[in-house]
Amino acid sequence: MEKTHSEKTMTLTLKVWRQEPGQTGGFQTYEAPGISEDMSFLEMLDVVNERLIEDGTPPIVFESDCREGICGTCNLMIDGRAHGPEKATATCQLHMRSYNDGDHITIEPWRAASFPIIRDLAVDRSPLDAIQEAGGYITAPTGSASDANLTPVPKPAADAAMDAAACIGCGACVAACPNSAAQLFTAAKVMHMNLLPQGQAERWQRTENMVETMEEYFGSCTNHGECHEACPKEISLDFIAMMNKDYVKSKIKNRKLSGQG
Amino acid sequence: MSGYSDVLDSKVPDGPIADKWTNHKFDMKLVNPANKRKFEVIVVGTGLAGASAAATMGELGYKVKAFTFHDSPRRAHSIAAQGGINAAKNYQNDGDSVHRLFYDTVKGGDYRSREANVHRLAEVSVNIIDQAAAQGVPFAREYGGLLANRSFGGAQVSRTFYARGQTGQQLLLGAYSALMRQVNEGGVELFNRQEMLELVTKDGEACGIVCRDLITGEISTHSAHAVVLATGGYGNVYYLSTNAMMCNTTATWRAHRKGAFFANPCYTQIHPTCIPSSDPFQSKLTLMSESLRNDGRIWVPNNFDETRAAADIPEDERDYYLERKYPAFGNLVPRDVASRNAKTVVDAGKGVGSLKNGVYLDFAAAIARDGEDTIRAKYGNLFDMYQRITGENPYKQPMRIYPATHYTMGGLWVDYHLSTTIPGCYAIGEANFSDHGANRLGASALMQGLADGYFVLPYTIGNYLAEKLGSAPVPTSDPVFAEAQADVTDRTNRWLSINGTKSVDHYHRELGKLVWDYIGMERDKNGLEKAISEISSLEEEFHKNVRVLGSADTLNQSLEKAGRVADFFGLAKVKARDALVREESAGGHFRSEHQTEEGEAKRDDENFKHVTAWEWTGEDSAQNEHREELTFDTVPLTQRSYK
Repeated sequence: MEKTHSEKTMTLTLKVWRQEPGQTGGFQTYEAPGISEDMSFLEMLDVVNERLIEDGTPPIVFESDCREGICGTCNLMIDGRAHGPEKATATCQLHMRSYNDGDHITIEPWRAASFPIIRDLAVDRSPLDAIQEAGGYITAPTGSASDANLTPVPKPAADAAMDAAACIGCGACVAACPNSAAQLFTAAKVMHMNLLPQGQAERWQRTENMVETMEEYFGSCTNHGECHEACPKEISLDFIAMMNKDYVKSKIKNRKLSGQG
Repeated sequence: MSGYSDVLDSKVPDGPIADKWTNHKFDMKLVNPANKRKFEVIVVGTGLAGASAAATMGELGYKVKAFTFHDSPRRAHSIAAQGGINAAKNYQNDGDSVHRLFYDTVKGGDYRSREANVHRLAEVSVNIIDQAAAQGVPFAREYGGLLANRSFGGAQVSRTFYARGQTGQQLLLGAYSALMRQVNEGGVELFNRQEMLELVTKDGEACGIVCRDLITGEISTHSAHAVVLATGGYGNVYYLSTNAMMCNTTATWRAHRKGAFFANPCYTQIHPTCIPSSDPFQSKLTLMSESLRNDGRIWVPNNFDETRAAADIPEDERDYYLERKYPAFGNLVPRDVASRNAKTVVDAGKGVGSLKNGVYLDFAAAIARDGEDTIRAKYGNLFDMYQRITGENPYKQPMRIYPATHYTMGGLWVDYHLSTTIPGCYAIGEANFSDHGANRLGASALMQGLADGYFVLPYTIGNYLAEKLGSAPVPTSDPVFAEAQADVTDRTNRWLSINGTKSVDHYHRELGKLVWDYIGMERDKNGLEKAISEISSLEEEFHKNVRVLGSADTLNQSLEKAGRVADFFGLAKVKARDALVREESAGGHFRSEHQTEEGEAKRDDENFKHVTAWEWTGEDSAQNEHREELTFDTVPLTQRSYK
């Protein structure tokens, strides 16, 4: 019979970062026996947690929601890599068939000073929302829109905007960056709108405000490209280049006397 | 029980169906711009409905407080919708119209929705697309730059707008961006990681909410002139569903206990094409887009003890059961029909996979006909997703699929204004019993969420608020807030004090099994009666024996889940009773006693052409049943047939 379900189970050793609010954290080691290779990584942690509860140990706190790779809630550093070993795969989409019996796995929270640890593996990513709030929108109050087909959007522009808009805001780019820079996230959000005809009126203001808000919270980009490697949606580094170009231009365009042309 | 309730007033305006909404907008009281800032409105939930409502009311000048239990509003589960959003634009010149979208939605809902609401939904659908495009939602485009459409879920016109396979994500990012603009401008105050645990009422009117801060555990109170619940559906009562892990019924259930009637809880949509569960610790099910049925052929082996690989089973030993039973529609029959037939063959012991819990969705014929490249271009991302989850290559062997709970048509009863039976408490999006009747059409959930949030509630709520001019909201120093707060604190502490032996997840899984077995794709009297008694015993055990560790003053996920699962128990019981009293089959509610000779759902329009709405009467008594009559003046009642 074809491979549909594995009878094979494995035993893993997990080194998990545990940290109470206001205290110093540290690694704890847990055995994870009886893990099926069809389980997702987070289901493996569910099983470990169920056992911890039985033993009277508070379960490991980690965040997830949709578990289908789109909401961007899950965020684990697995063996030093944001979202683990598989390319283009968020933590919740990682499955245990990527591992072998006897493996040791180290699980940490996102590493970045701008993402303080809340508890165990959960971190606070609210600075990403601050960047959005600074200009990640097109001003179009409800009811003010004209017929959608009055503004044709060239297909290449629509496709490129969609490539940028695919960002799920998980913060893996920040966690993977040696500088904890948020360039890839910000570029995805800025260029999604800057590439579209609808986004032109606020283009230069948006760019300046979002980039400068980003710089209040995050480190500087030095073109390592680790962000792209870790990105579960494979957002292109090109967007960073485009954003940088727009940012330089915005410094001229946003001068009061030069107009917005 | 018989007769229609005097308590339920749908407030559907008079006049011809196509003029009702236009006339009603003129008839409603207005709040002048200078007065709007005197009104405070709480919006709970920031998915499509909540984010769009909060942003729009902020733009209008109301003082809005938006609450989400996520770390960011943009994580709400609307984000996971794949397929698209319907709108009666008729850009494809294929004969679509507001009337046709209205007609299709009423018929698709198996004649269990309110005509006037559905017509309004179809009317504003066109504005949603304009609004979203203006916000920068990157909808698919043709080469000329105009919007592209596709046909979806068996519709005979191409009216579905989409952004790759991520339409929900993109529409939510659009609503979220509008919301964040209002946050930036001060029109909306945003409260992240706050879970609403109680609705506060005074003199029968909603006046605020009680929240728990999920990080610090602080229980806080918030008052307003009106409270809007946009907190989604109750699909996770099944434990396994395509819903996100945190989706729950708590906000709507707490409102129900405070006097909001709960309508049609038995209506649940089971989506036919999900990946079957692979082990007992499966935490959720993943949906594979319905579009796969356009090219995949569904079959099971003829033999009960089949052990050969799919490719080794000869054609004459396969049962393409949908093509056999429904020659006209074949593999494209509606969701409920496809789901039920999959259950029938799996229950008969013909399931595939080592757990024998799925059916094949086979692309071999399509690949032979069109070539692997063509299939890859159409479905490449879905095939990759399937392979990532199952470890199987669907280009080489058939997919295995099985139905899973996906959407709940039932919800809080609302009138034409989207007001619940508690004045000042509104329900929008999946949280209300909605416009979908007994079955929702594909690509209509996003449409309804945004219709309610952008274009309906911001108008109708003004009519209520206008009367409140000059009166401040009930202050949080009022005893009703202290009482509700104490109640929430007690409840929270109670979970920690039980210290039983089994985890919250254990009870949630057990509850889910009961609900799936007895109130799933097929229901009957015996099963439903059993469900009520077994759910009650399990609930009793849960309250005695659940183990929640840790403390209340920190991020404690078991504690959060305990409250949600407790409310699911209440919901499950009324769901079973609702299914029991509805002695007919309609849409997502299939009573095996009520089927045609061919095994199709058999409606009983004479006795059940109504909405069932349940009134909470206290912890120790069963809810009271109320009925709202449905009238079909525009769409003639017919029996659905897909032969």
